[in-house]
Amino acid sequence: MTTNMSSASPKKYVRKRNWLATFSYLVFAAYLVYVLSLFEVNIDRLIVGIDRGGEFIGRMMPPNFERYSLLIEGMLESMQIAIIATTAGVLLSLPIGFLAARNLMPTWVTWLARIVIVGCRSFHPVIVAILFVKAVGFGALAGTLALIVASIGFIAKLFAEAIEEISLKQIEAVRATGAPFFSIIAFGVLPQVMGRFIGFISYQLDSNLRNSTMVGLVGAGGIGGTLFAAFQRFDYDFVSAILIAIIAVIMVAEGINNIMRKLYR
Amino acid sequence: MTQPATMQEPLAQAAQSKALVIKNLSKEYVSGKPVLSGISLEIEAKGITAIIGPSGTGKSTLIRCINRLVDPTSGDILFNNQNLSTLSGRQLRNARRHIGMVFQEYNLLERLTVMENVLSGRLGYVSVLRAWLRKFSAEDVDKAFELLEQVGMADFANQRADALSGGQRQRVSIARALMQSPDILLADEPTSSLDPKTSVEILELMTEQAKLNQIPVIINIHDVSLAKRFADRIIGMSAGSVVFDGKPDDLQNDHLKSIYGGEDWLS
Repeated sequence: MTTNMSSASPKKYVRKRNWLATFSYLVFAAYLVYVLSLFEVNIDRLIVGIDRGGEFIGRMMPPNFERYSLLIEGMLESMQIAIIATTAGVLLSLPIGFLAARNLMPTWVTWLARIVIVGCRSFHPVIVAILFVKAVGFGALAGTLALIVASIGFIAKLFAEAIEEISLKQIEAVRATGAPFFSIIAFGVLPQVMGRFIGFISYQLDSNLRNSTMVGLVGAGGIGGTLFAAFQRFDYDFVSAILIAIIAVIMVAEGINNIMRKLYR
Repeated sequence: MTQPATMQEPLAQAAQSKALVIKNLSKEYVSGKPVLSGISLEIEAKGITAIIGPSGTGKSTLIRCINRLVDPTSGDILFNNQNLSTLSGRQLRNARRHIGMVFQEYNLLERLTVMENVLSGRLGYVSVLRAWLRKFSAEDVDKAFELLEQVGMADFANQRADALSGGQRQRVSIARALMQSPDILLADEPTSSLDPKTSVEILELMTEQAKLNQIPVIINIHDVSLAKRFADRIIGMSAGSVVFDGKPDDLQNDHLKSIYGGEDWLS
């Protein structure tokens, strides 16, 4: 077979080996082996672990919804944190995103806006939440502020990138009519990016919902605080009730997201 | 400087508001490499002027200097008793309102309806707030419907622009330009993206509307035969300068050689 092939086509295609890539794979594989050896993974530990896990899950069953008022209260607070943080985050992200778009703004303005964005994205929401708990005290306000910061870091950047990808032809046409700057934004820019903006916003709402259940772990309000307390008191049946509630809320949000995306296709 | 025959006429035309006078216009995108080198032209207040010439010779730059989508490096553009080349800010925007423009790739607002596209021609006149709220006056809406009727697109008013064919798009873009009630219409290769039949229809529409509104039209165009068929005056450009300026009937093969270079392509 191969001899036939080579006689039919004298010029052979030879794939050139990328030695740098090969070397990198080898280094990575060696490092992986080293790290695994540090973990002391052995069969005994895994067996004990599976055993304990089984016991833990056993104690979580059946979920205990007796303290539903506590559950609902925490869940509502989490949702309020998520919705307020997303709304405020989007309202602040819109101008920051526009200022960061390199095709609309002078370079120095985009740099200032980008510094703000990078500052907001640098830390995980939980770290920001700890800072806000120190600043404004325990409770939902700290969590809301933390998620506003996280939202700006994420969507302002995506807004700016979406604006940088628009067609300048449409802007040229609107400019040619003598339209002022903000009318150019309304007709030449926004219609081109609105669909993508809605996508980013619904994604951020989803992300904020999940994060709002977590900031409670550091005392920044929401269901996370209730969850943490239940863990501490070994109320594993209540823990499973809370987890089921969180899953339900996220699934409902997913459904709402899909409807939103269809509306703004 | 050698001046073509039509330049000998008195500057009296310049006094008429709809006439356009370009004096010594130059544009360098990169310093030392002029795209336009000292163009001087007078365009009468009526009629179709076609600018022909090879790609990259500065036709688009010339037409974009007129409404200042491109800023000229030096020279004057006199129109409506103003020097367009020195305007800025609000004055420039106000001057642009009187200059309609049609683009090669239509430049429609793809995600908006045909109606909104036509109404966008009024954006120089309506306030920012009204623009954001999409609140156009009843007269504007009436005029938009009337123009859509004239360009044969009345049935498409509520369709999105991205659902239209090339010819339909160019019709909408002409309606948008006319919506400005312009004193002059600029067209940058309006037929280059269209098939031959549609090209003729679009040029017929523009000629007809120019007569109806009594405004001059300047068209950049590749197709020499279309230029000869529709234009009252042809300006041939080569390497940033005007090398022919005259009536379509006066345009001979010798001129085409000097505009495009070589002769093998002439049949």
